[in-house]
Amino acid sequence: MYAHASKLSLANMWVAFITFALAALMGVYQVAERSGMFPKIEFIELYYRSVSSHGVIMGFVLTTFFIMGFGYWIIHTTLKRPIWGGERMGWTGFGISLGGTALAAILLFAGEASVMYTFYPPLKANPLFYVGATLLVVGSWVWCLQMVMSMNAWKKENIGEPVPLAMYAMTANAILWFITSLGVASEILFQLLPWSLGIIETIDVGLARTLFSWTLHAIVYFWLIPAYIAFYTLVPKAAGGTLFSDEISRISILMLLVFSVPIGMHHLYVDPFQDAGWKFVHMIGTFMVAIPTLITGFTVFASMEVAGRLRGGKGLFGWIWALNWNNPMVLSGGLSLLMLTIGGWGGMVNASYSLNVAVHNTQWITGHFHLIFAGTAVIMYFSSAYYMWPSLTGRPLFSTKMALLQLWLWFIGMLVLTLPWHILGLLGQPRRIGVAPYSEEVTAPWAPYEFLMLIGGVILFISALLLILNLVLTHFNKKADTPPVMEYAESMHPVINLPKLLNGFGFWTAVIVIYMIVSYGYPILQFFTMDTIGTFPWSI
Amino acid sequence: MHVDATEKKWVILSFAMAIAMMGILTAYALNKNIHPPSNVEIIDSTTLHLSDEFNEDNLGIKQAEDGSLTITMVAARYGFFPHNMTVPVDTPVKIRIASADVLHGIHTANTNFNTMIVPGYISEVNTTFRIKGKHPMFCNEYCGLGHDYMWSQLNVVSQEEFIASLKKGDE
Ligand code: HEM
Ligand SMILES: [Cu+2]
Ligand SMILES: [Cu+2]
Repeated sequence: MYAHASKLSLANMWVAFITFALAALMGVYQVAERSGMFPKIEFIELYYRSVSSHGVIMGFVLTTFFIMGFGYWIIHTTLKRPIWGGERMGWTGFGISLGGTALAAILLFAGEASVMYTFYPPLKANPLFYVGATLLVVGSWVWCLQMVMSMNAWKKENIGEPVPLAMYAMTANAILWFITSLGVASEILFQLLPWSLGIIETIDVGLARTLFSWTLHAIVYFWLIPAYIAFYTLVPKAAGGTLFSDEISRISILMLLVFSVPIGMHHLYVDPFQDAGWKFVHMIGTFMVAIPTLITGFTVFASMEVAGRLRGGKGLFGWIWALNWNNPMVLSGGLSLLMLTIGGWGGMVNASYSLNVAVHNTQWITGHFHLIFAGTAVIMYFSSAYYMWPSLTGRPLFSTKMALLQLWLWFIGMLVLTLPWHILGLLGQPRRIGVAPYSEEVTAPWAPYEFLMLIGGVILFISALLLILNLVLTHFNKKADTPPVMEYAESMHPVINLPKLLNGFGFWTAVIVIYMIVSYGYPILQFFTMDTIGTFPWSI
Repeated sequence: MHVDATEKKWVILSFAMAIAMMGILTAYALNKNIHPPSNVEIIDSTTLHLSDEFNEDNLGIKQAEDGSLTITMVAARYGFFPHNMTVPVDTPVKIRIASADVLHGIHTANTNFNTMIVPGYISEVNTTFRIKGKHPMFCNEYCGLGHDYMWSQLNVVSQEEFIASLKKGDE
């Protein structure tokens, strides 16, 4: 049974990392194209085809499949019971998502869907692209259901016991993803699909953007929570310590869940069609969601300090050097927190009701989310993969040294790529540009930063190759091992008398629904009471 | 349930930091009236050329009887119209923009001028340009294969030069 369960997880994860490798190749092409140093590869049509594919794969495919694989493995290793609904149901969801991904990929590569991963209308893609994207999401809903029901089944079998933290957090993530994906799902089903098929003539772009914003913020927490799970449950274990506080970690996860969905309108700060008052309300929620991240920082640092002192570290900072930085999980935890600290400050700027205009849709934004998402979150996907691969495949990791080098390169490459992007944004460079055909006067100050971006992109690409190589060589490692048991950090204090509210989601789901109605009810309804004028489709 | 004393302090501090930031933003919004551009006004993007406000002859900068300045612009693949615009430094201006086709965005570095331009709606920004000189205005939302060719020039000049430029335009 064990081997069986690992197949489902492994299949999901391989889809994630193989598509990731492909998208990393596109990434390095994009930086080369943009740098202006290789006029021979400047094809604008290819550039946008590539950015659209890279964005969809990195944002939707790598993440969704990795998270599904991680989730199934967490059910298996923490609940130690079969997945609710059986593995066959899991494979069905996997098949639906994979089919959708393949369909979307064909259209993306064929240049029939060069509409970016945000696919904002009235630019229109081939209708089959929207079908593919929908199937990817629908398949993941099967996973959401299995996460929630598996947790509930376990709770019935273990009355009064606290749900293991990793499982609790991943289930929160499943609920979060389901609620947040309803925004884009309704945009596609009620607007984009019928409109791209010609069933309705025009659509309201304001409504479409509002629905997309519903998805666009919380989706980043869907991507980030797996990294937090690694912070809470894998990093302290690898560091040789314990989790500082199980309860506070749960509270952080719940705050992320409740506050991250109803605040998406901060993506519409400079849009017409929504009143400033609503943007203000969403700004307040946006700063609330900073709190659990600040708390997480404390919990993780504290857990690592405990580990460092257990290893004999002394003094104010001595514990830092006492930690085992040659462990990929510990190293990635440290590097990830550093990137989170830098990127978090940028995030405060983006979130600011008034300061946002200084950076909106400039290259700053691309810099920000590569740092927070491709850096902070994805580096934890890497180390989690290194950690899980031996237990998933039954073979020892091919090379720990290579893994350490890979993580360092990812960190360095990410800083070299994204810090110049932040500066370019402040200098005025807009995002999503291919060849920058502005005047010499405008582009001259950009040149040194574009060069750095190219270096950063190349370093990242090398790092991506090392990752894939290590995972492949592990999978086919001749030295078979008995699969190590996947272990999670214990809490420093035993979890006793856990309030029911911190062990379930019913109440919190109700809170989100009410909060959603308050913060999105009128902003969506207004499009049906105003006499808005729809827009016809445009090709790229 | 167990909560460590130091951790409790940090939780309180986290709340305090978030509330302080909200407070600063709220104070600026209320006292200095700094809000993101949030006009709610509809328009038919397919017939801009027939509208009173956004027809070709009405685009550009205009001074009203009371002396206030309004800039009227159209964003269409792949340019902003008019292409070249002169505005006086340190003078409040109202900028109104409509899209004739798809989604666009426009911003100028080192200013508060940044807005999305959404078909079906009119964007409005109230701002004051404080740095003299030539400033590029870029399209900042992907609008098709010519997206990166879409930009215009904003010339911020002294009040005197601006009045001279208005006179020249009248002749
Ligand atoms: C090899 C490493 C990578 C390189 C060199 C790279 C480079 C780039 C470049 C040049 C763009 C185009 C930006 C623009 O035109 O404004 C881009 C877009 C994007 N990247 Fe990456 N990237 C890398 C890794 C990642 C990773 C790991 C993720 C997330 C998991 C990611 C997510 C995205 C997304 C979502 C976009 C779309 C942005 C948009 O549509 O505006 N990238 N990347
Ligand atoms: Cu957001
Ligand atoms: Cu554009």
